Amino acid sequence: MISKKSKEAFFNPLSKDNPVLVQILGICSTLAVTASLEPAIVMGISVIVVMALSNVIISLIRNTIPTTIRIIVQLVVVAALVICVQQFLVAYDYDVSKQLSVFIGLIITNCILMGRLEAFALNNGPWPSFLDGIGNGLGYTIILVIVAAVRELFGSGSLLGFQVIPQWCYDHGYENNGLMILPPMALITVACIIWVHRARNPELMDN
Amino acid sequence: MNILRKYMNKIQPQFRPGGKLAKLESVYDGMETFLFTPNTTSRCGAHIHDGNDMKRTMITVVVALLPALLFGMYNIGLQHYLAIGQPDATWLTMWTFGLLAMLPVIVVSYVVGLGIEFIGAQIHHKEIQEGFLVTGMLIPMIVPINTPLWMVAVATAFAVIFAKEVFGGTGMNIFNVALITRAVLFFGYPSRMSGDEAFVKIDSAFGMGQGTPVDAFSGATPLGQVATNVGDTLQPLHNVVGEPISTCDAFMGFIAGSPGETSMLAILIGAAILLITGVASWRVMCSVFAGGLAMAALVHIAPTATYPATLIDPLAQLCYGGFAFAAVFMATDPVTGARTRIGQYIYGFLIGVFAILIRVYNNGFPEGAMLAVLLMNAFAPLIDHCVVSFNIKRRLKRAANK
Repeated sequence: MISKKSKEAFFNPLSKDNPVLVQILGICSTLAVTASLEPAIVMGISVIVVMALSNVIISLIRNTIPTTIRIIVQLVVVAALVICVQQFLVAYDYDVSKQLSVFIGLIITNCILMGRLEAFALNNGPWPSFLDGIGNGLGYTIILVIVAAVRELFGSGSLLGFQVIPQWCYDHGYENNGLMILPPMALITVACIIWVHRARNPELMDN
Repeated sequence: MNILRKYMNKIQPQFRPGGKLAKLESVYDGMETFLFTPNTTSRCGAHIHDGNDMKRTMITVVVALLPALLFGMYNIGLQHYLAIGQPDATWLTMWTFGLLAMLPVIVVSYVVGLGIEFIGAQIHHKEIQEGFLVTGMLIPMIVPINTPLWMVAVATAFAVIFAKEVFGGTGMNIFNVALITRAVLFFGYPSRMSGDEAFVKIDSAFGMGQGTPVDAFSGATPLGQVATNVGDTLQPLHNVVGEPISTCDAFMGFIAGSPGETSMLAILIGAAILLITGVASWRVMCSVFAGGLAMAALVHIAPTATYPATLIDPLAQLCYGGFAFAAVFMATDPVTGARTRIGQYIYGFLIGVFAILIRVYNNGFPEGAMLAVLLMNAFAPLIDHCVVSFNIKRRLKRAANK
């Protein structure tokens, strides 16, 4: 059940082949939804679900798709799943779906998704494809959560909406950093994570 | 001196590889070259030697900053004693108050910035560069006096790491480090960087000169007052206690503002020092003023109440805010500015234009000099590239015609 290949499909994207840190994909949504933690987590889970299911579906029908129109078929599958996720969110978590606005819809154009479908699902069976989808989705989510936690902590002094930095600090002159909420800091935070990651994995460094 | 030399020689082995304090090697080298002329010489080729090394250049800039710094200290005291209703305090009292108020900011800026530079140099086994000497002096002069020290420390650390060290240290940075510090504070803690409470120190400085502000007190800078002007004519500008001020006061510097940038006169003395010693480029400096004047005259042609800053007289525009300071000390930074001669004219002119443009047409920012310089910092390499490639094309054409 868990062959070496499936293991690699699941674990590689978490660090060694992380879609955000190593392949530098999905940066737009990483910048857009990470001002606070809650939307980032919801976004991450949505991407995991869509990626795992679309990987499985494409993998199941991979031998029947004509190569000339495969991109269209992939888009139809992804779009259908994204709409399901979006409607689910509107029904059960309306506020967060408002916060995420177009970005759930834009999962369709997320480079990580198309990349995994093209590179993995079209050549592998459903089970490894499922693991690959979960792995890449998790790799993306981990980065999203780290960036969002840093930005919400220093930008609003809270995590998931709960006040974390005690009132005592504010009374003694501490202030939230407004720059953290602005998009440039998402880029710089991602850059810092990449910096640390490369320093820990010297084989990933460019010459 | 001999004793010092002997002492430095004696402790030297401890700092070399294998020594007890090898981790502090670059600190030792930094101290040694600070105290003595290095006795290493170049080994190959012919070199032209000039006494004007980087250390001397940096010191010249610091000397040029001194008039503005000393006046800035006096002005902090002046604004403080005006605000608490003791305008007849002596100038020495005022100056001492300003000194005590600014000293912590200067210390924090140098300790944080140099600390990071020392650590960075040690990690990369490089010599410590002198670049922060000027930056560390610029920072206290351009941040409002009421900025909390920890904010200065955070912003300085951020600027030195992300605007300087990641690009490769002194001489490699794209953006002016001091201005990045100010920009971080400006966007991170906007309430501390503008408005009525930022620029006039009311609290005591080390126990000196506390008081309650007089009734007429308003800490708004002249540009802050202009930004909130209502009506088709410019209401008379006033100082912190409501007395009217003239453009001459602004030129001399007796107005509220960041410590170093209120007095155009002191800044012009600094400019003269920079130009006589040849440290700064007159092309950049003059064209910033030219650009600012041109843009100020242009917006003054059709003044409207919607953008009250269009009502200011063009020459007065240059005296208010941080314009002169940016023109003399920020735009002329040789590392972040354009290097080709024609490029320097374009670069400086556009800084002047954008500074006034942002100041006048962006209601969110009363002052635009900082953003203008940072914007043109980003464009400086492009300007140089265009000038150089234009030159190459022109000469190729000339060669082909022969």
